[in-house]
Amino acid sequence: MYNFDVETPGTVADAVAAMGRDEAQALGGGQTLIPTLKQRLASPSVLVSLSGVAEMKGVCTGDDGQLCIGGATTHATVAREATQYPALAAMASHIGDPAVRNRGTIGGSLANNDPSACYPAGVLGSGATVVTNTREIAADDYFQGMFDTALDEGEIITEVRFPIPEAANYQKFVQPASRFALVGVFVAKFADGVRVAVTGASEDGVFRWSEAEAALSSDFSAGALDGLSLSGDGMISDLHGTGAYRAHLVAVMTKRAVDAVA
Amino acid sequence: MTKIEMTVNGRAASGDVEGRTLLSSFLRDELKLTGTHVGCDTSQCGACVVHVDGEAVKACTMLAVEAAGSEVTTVEGMANADGSLSVIQQAFQDHHGLQCGFCTPGMVMSAAALLKENPKPSEAEVRDYLEGNICRCTGYHNIVKAIMAASGQDVAPVAAE
Repeated sequence: MYNFDVETPGTVADAVAAMGRDEAQALGGGQTLIPTLKQRLASPSVLVSLSGVAEMKGVCTGDDGQLCIGGATTHATVAREATQYPALAAMASHIGDPAVRNRGTIGGSLANNDPSACYPAGVLGSGATVVTNTREIAADDYFQGMFDTALDEGEIITEVRFPIPEAANYQKFVQPASRFALVGVFVAKFADGVRVAVTGASEDGVFRWSEAEAALSSDFSAGALDGLSLSGDGMISDLHGTGAYRAHLVAVMTKRAVDAVA
Repeated sequence: MTKIEMTVNGRAASGDVEGRTLLSSFLRDELKLTGTHVGCDTSQCGACVVHVDGEAVKACTMLAVEAAGSEVTTVEGMANADGSLSVIQQAFQDHHGLQCGFCTPGMVMSAAALLKENPKPSEAEVRDYLEGNICRCTGYHNIVKAIMAASGQDVAPVAAE
């Protein structure tokens, strides 16, 4: 690793101020960023560690009944404490491995927007709101392609707010070497319709499968998906699976998710 | 350089570190606690697992400055006060839970973290918890046996003899 300074702010205000330094980079749990730095794929001058910002940690229920998760909350904490949203807690409980879950954070995962990460599917599938130090961003506006988000330079995810669906499930087909999703599908059924978010598959990162959403909104059963398929064009193709294979897996995982809760 | 202080295995420890100094480097190079092994250095293998404020973390994927003020436990802190092996360590010896021993510190630390949150895990839960600990010698079966034994459970039913 190239060397860098580390700032360890205790408040959001101090973190935002530190992010104003030249070539500053926010550090969540570091489970992606530190390996990236070791490979010298990034060379920030300053890392602003968010793990000591107490006001960005924890899980609670908002006045409107939404689940609120602080941006610096670890996957392990979400898995343990997000009991009002069991599908999300279950998803968090299968990210990486136990030691990774004790460090990795929801804000870090969302800011990175890895095309195979789990949280983007959970957030987009839930229609959650990404709250930053300056604004609130709807999930539909937040994800802007592989490793790309709506975040501005220096902007910090302070909280994520999830509406609680009537039913939800996440199905992950694990790529066994990396433990990331080869394909992951998050299905959430709300009173006004069903959302289906897919991670691991598209070259554009997480996306909503609108045809499946329409079919499931009128008939929430795995059978409603019969005949629906996605094209392999634009899907990630690598040594772990072709685009066509991933496209097929999306339909299989969506059916499994619906079967799990329908 | 930044001066950091933490408690390691119950004793005060301090040192001057760079921003990029990993917790694993601080423990091994500064404090000379070489029981914490660095296998892959890419947060895959788990040989470097230590406890920070009671939680298992990969010491190769945490900055030393982030552990400032914390209570850190390494494999050197696992033995009983009289120097005898802890229940988990003894179980690894009794059940041949190691061959070359390189992954063992991380295995022991992960096992301790598991048994703290789940004192009587099933075999499947043990295997699931060890997802981030890689061993290239044992095929895991004897490690699983050792952890089942350390939890006070019968090891006879453990699969794949």
